[in-house]
Amino acid sequence: MSNYIGKSIKRREDNRFITGKGKYTDDLVLTGMTHLAFVRSPYAHAKIKNINTKAALAHPGVVAIYTGDDCGNFGVPCGWQVNFKNGDTMKEPPHPLLAVGKARHVGENVAAVIAETLQAARDAVELVEVDYDELPTVTDAKAAIQPGAPQVHDDVPNNIVFDFQIGNPKDEVNAAIESASHVTKLNFKNQRLSPNAIEPRSYIADYDVNADKYTLYTSTQNPHLIRLLMCAFVLGLPEHKVRVISHDVGGGFGSKIYHYTEEALVTWVSKQIGRPVKWTSDRSEAFLTDAHGRDHVTTAEMGFDDNGKIVAFRVHSEANLGAYLSTFSTACPTYLHGTLAQGCYTTPLINVDITAVFTNTTPVDAYRGAGRPEMTYILEHLMDTAALEMKRDPVELRRINFIPAFDGVNQPGYQTQVALQYDSGNYHATLDRALEMLDYKQFRKDQEESRTNGKLLGIGFSTYIEACGIAPSAVVGSLGARAGLYESGHVRVQPTGKVSVFTGSHSHGQGHETSYAQFVADTLGIPIDDVDIIHGDTNEVAFGMGTYGSRSLAVGGSAIMKSLDKIIEKGAKIAAHKLEAAEADLEFAEGKWTVKGTDKSITFGDVSLTAYVPHDYPAGLEPGLDFSSFYDPTNFTYPFGTHIAVVEVDKDTGKVSLKRFIACDDVGNVINPMIVDGQIHGGVAQGVGQALLEGVVYDENGQMITGSYMDYAMPRADDLPFFETDRKVTPCPHNPLGVKGAGEAGTIGATPAVANAVMDAISHLGIKDIQMPITPERVWRAMNS
Amino acid sequence: MIPAKFEYIKASSVSEALALLDKHGDDAQLIAGGHSLVPAMKLRLNQPGTVIDIGKIPGLNSIKEDGDDLVIGANCTHHQIATSPIVKQKLNVLAQTAKSIGDIQVRNKGTIGGSLAHADPAADYPAVILASDAKIEVEGINGKRSISGSDFFQGIYATALGSHEMIIAIRIPKASNGVYLKFSHPASRFAVVGCAAIKNGAGISIGLTGVADHAYRASAVERAYDGDAKAASEHAVDGVAVMSDNFASSEYRSHLAKVFTERALSALG
Amino acid sequence: MQIKVSVNGKEHISDVVPMMSLASYLREVLLLTGTHIGCDTSSCGACTITLDGKAVKSCTILAVQADGSEITTIEGLAKNGEMHPLQSAFKENHGLQCGFCTPGMIMTASGLLDENPNPSEDEIRHGLEGNFCRCTGYHNIVKSIQHAAESMK
Ligand SMILES: Cc1cc2nc3c(=O)[nH]c(=O)nc-3n(C[C@H](O)[C@H](O)[C@H](O)COP(=O)(O)OP(=O)(O)OC[C@H]3O[C@@H](n4cnc5c(N)ncnc54)[C@H](O)[C@@H]3O)c2cc1C
Ligand code: FES
Ligand code: FES
Repeated sequence: MSNYIGKSIKRREDNRFITGKGKYTDDLVLTGMTHLAFVRSPYAHAKIKNINTKAALAHPGVVAIYTGDDCGNFGVPCGWQVNFKNGDTMKEPPHPLLAVGKARHVGENVAAVIAETLQAARDAVELVEVDYDELPTVTDAKAAIQPGAPQVHDDVPNNIVFDFQIGNPKDEVNAAIESASHVTKLNFKNQRLSPNAIEPRSYIADYDVNADKYTLYTSTQNPHLIRLLMCAFVLGLPEHKVRVISHDVGGGFGSKIYHYTEEALVTWVSKQIGRPVKWTSDRSEAFLTDAHGRDHVTTAEMGFDDNGKIVAFRVHSEANLGAYLSTFSTACPTYLHGTLAQGCYTTPLINVDITAVFTNTTPVDAYRGAGRPEMTYILEHLMDTAALEMKRDPVELRRINFIPAFDGVNQPGYQTQVALQYDSGNYHATLDRALEMLDYKQFRKDQEESRTNGKLLGIGFSTYIEACGIAPSAVVGSLGARAGLYESGHVRVQPTGKVSVFTGSHSHGQGHETSYAQFVADTLGIPIDDVDIIHGDTNEVAFGMGTYGSRSLAVGGSAIMKSLDKIIEKGAKIAAHKLEAAEADLEFAEGKWTVKGTDKSITFGDVSLTAYVPHDYPAGLEPGLDFSSFYDPTNFTYPFGTHIAVVEVDKDTGKVSLKRFIACDDVGNVINPMIVDGQIHGGVAQGVGQALLEGVVYDENGQMITGSYMDYAMPRADDLPFFETDRKVTPCPHNPLGVKGAGEAGTIGATPAVANAVMDAISHLGIKDIQMPITPERVWRAMNS
Repeated sequence: MIPAKFEYIKASSVSEALALLDKHGDDAQLIAGGHSLVPAMKLRLNQPGTVIDIGKIPGLNSIKEDGDDLVIGANCTHHQIATSPIVKQKLNVLAQTAKSIGDIQVRNKGTIGGSLAHADPAADYPAVILASDAKIEVEGINGKRSISGSDFFQGIYATALGSHEMIIAIRIPKASNGVYLKFSHPASRFAVVGCAAIKNGAGISIGLTGVADHAYRASAVERAYDGDAKAASEHAVDGVAVMSDNFASSEYRSHLAKVFTERALSALG
Repeated sequence: MQIKVSVNGKEHISDVVPMMSLASYLREVLLLTGTHIGCDTSSCGACTITLDGKAVKSCTILAVQADGSEITTIEGLAKNGEMHPLQSAFKENHGLQCGFCTPGMIMTASGLLDENPNPSEDEIRHGLEGNFCRCTGYHNIVKSIQHAAESMK
């Protein structure tokens, strides 16, 4: 029975947000709280010769000042080990909480000033005198691996973190490309992006001397992971004495997954000074220190036979990881990237070769999509380009190459050339529907006509696939993950039949408090108001891996489902006893157990009460109705879809306007369509941002010249149209809810669709390609060269 | 973010403000809407010791007709100018310009006096000020003077305003036939190129902003114009040192200046 | 310095330093933390409130400049326990995800609708020029405002 699943239930969390009662970390004020401000490196690469804190310490209100000398032996770890092709361990130089010896990117923490007020802390920062010796700088990955390039870390030759390869043997792939009847080759730059959650990162640490306990309030996507990393790998704290709380979080998009130096530092400082301490990033700091996304430089080739079938695909990239390894930085250009090179296509031979590189830039890590948008852009942009080159219709070219539909139940999953096995897919279905929404034939006519009127209309396709709910733990462990990727779900039925659900997933906009409650209420057959979802506090929730990689419902939801199963199973024992029937004769539906074929029944509420007031109770059964489960998936999930962008290019200025955006996605079963649509909308906007607007730019000295909203362009309301969305449903065969994940699909699909649309609008002018962001000047230059 | 320490004084009249400016010298700055000053102070790019608030001085935010001119008080907000019935009727190009500035919130707070005094090379008003032959009326403790646009704008954030002077009003000749067209920066929304064109009888006048280190009158275009907008607009950057930045190189900016000049000329009634 | 302001209909007399922004004053002194700070330099709109009836970015106004003003924040929008039509519309139309931009969006929209009760889609989109949302792609925010405008007729 489904009263809630599949319905657009309005979000229960909204009331607090629309009335200004959300509780974000920076909203909290603790008694005796001090404020921390950082002295940050103004140079991209510089020796720190001396730090003089005397004047700053004398400034009224200053409580303490720390430098790398005080806590330089503490450093944050990388969470994923990727080895060199030859088996050597990746290079993993320390990432100290405050710079030790030298600073490696602009904005790196050099000293921390703690004061009674933020004003005093900020004023004192200006009084700290740091004596730097500037060093030569390298910001570009390709430049960094050249002989003689500046060395970011002394013991990392050529700045190479590791090299990596996935897929079929390279010589086989090379041979197939060489003998292909058509080869499309492009150079790509997946430019560096700044995630820019609108809430800046914020941390408050509170050390309780008497109990020797720490509480860290943090704007994180995964409180337990932060606690684990910080306790076990950074500060060596007893985990049971550390509580991490992440209340409302104002967007993450990946940037709030990682364990940041600032987070461990405030925790450490709180103990040193015996008082609470708060640090909230300002926007300039966010640009300089929130982990960036993307930054791959790539050459890729795709070979086709005479019929337009892909015979081979090869990719070679340098991935810029910045100055230090952020938590999941190493996974992004490798296992989250190379593994997507199959796309929706039957390509028989694939090789992806990646070199990961240190540079004097902000660390790079997962940003919405994490490695998958980069590959999808390469793949889908090559498809449209190949279609243009071979004078084939981009839609037909895709159809020829699509993997045929398979549901993962009656037909097996699809084994790719790049390690993964897809769970289920029906790529034609979303394409068909998207074309219908567009009216493709009519569009081509309009386009023809518009060209005669001097207008440049273009259409771009992207038939993407993505991999989310990354798992299972044993497999990712064998690939180098230093954490498991399961989730916990704890369901506590209260004596009155009300239900508290504790999840290790974390909502920072995804609406878990609503969608989780929907399937819990339906599974138990109770009103949604009887269900409460609790997350974001390590003292309340047993354990958790958090929310990223579109994993919440597929992994976290499944863990809850396991607990619900246990509850129903135990409830049946109690019900059988009360109904004086055999358990096998009972059925559970609509919130009650009924003796099959009779009207004898007992409600969920009565069973709950009996469990806690076990007077008339099955012998040998424990009282209570409270179960916790861990769910470790057997596979990733593989959402897919078709995105179509229609753009118009101003032929005088080169400015691109997005006229229509059509998305037909298949994210498996859908619990709350309204929320899923919202995820797609937001994802698409970020994807459009990469295609047309966004890009972090460094100058030759490693200074970020796009470090504010005056320079870094992100989509605003008037840059976007209403999105046209629809959905197909191919359930995930391997998790109980049949769900796949919707958080990143929009971003992954959208970028190539928009880039392809621009090319479609102007390629008839003899233009081969334009790098992203496709700014007006770039288009104008292409049109006039 | 928090500014460095400063003292704040609210002035209740022009003479009080001028006396305070005189007293505190170069260490003092006026604040009107604060929408250029406050962010710069928070980023600590600007650290005045004294801030003199002229925002509530009576009489500085009126819009009046005076013969052939409109006289616009320095404290008029962009929003006030954009929505003023007199401005819309008699000098619509100015209303259009004001409406193109920033966003609703910025227009509700930022003032024309502050914008002109700040002299951002990408600010919108200067194009119209120049094209319309407006005069900027300023006052110091030693008296008043009236400065033409061409004399006023001198460089990046540099004007003819003395450090002890303040802008009182802007006197702008009415013009019924004018347009302002702007190519906005995708991030800041300031003008990458902004072109104001005004037609007065047979003559036209063109002001361009965003292109060079300060707005300028495109006299070469005006001279060349004989009804052929395209041909005349080719002269939009004649003799001008065109700015270059991450978003628009000088070559592209020059091109945009021509495109927008042509579009503005063609849009004139 | 002493300032006197009326916030959500209630008068406050406070001593503030001139460096304090109005946003910080609302958040730290009056504990009205619904006004958010996303950039602190007037670009993101998260701190939007209405000041004497006009939508403004409170991070870029000094608290001392607001002396004598009437201020409405997101906390003051609901009247007698009843949500403002914009608040209801944002919930109905899923106009928010993480909620961080939401108070600023709603306050900007309230200023917008005050002046233009009948905005077109285009006017709404331009009206939101000063507000970033990184979550929703604006789709449902624009829809929410359209619905609110409709219901306020
Ligand atoms: C997000 C954002 C977007 C913007 N977009 C645009 C845009 O698209 N186009 C554009 O043109 N502008 C734009 N601006 C700038 C905006 O127009 C400012 O409001 C304006 O430049 C300054 O006006 P103000 O009253 O706020 O001045 P304030 O910030 O108060 O003062 C600015 C400077 O002028 C001085 N000053 C102020 N009044 C006087 C006076 N009467 N006499 C002498 N000196 C005085 C001050 O001492 C200070 O040095 C934008 C601003 C922001 C924050
Ligand atoms: S916080 Fe005020 S505009 Fe961003
Ligand atoms: S809802 Fe998150 S920024 Fe708008």
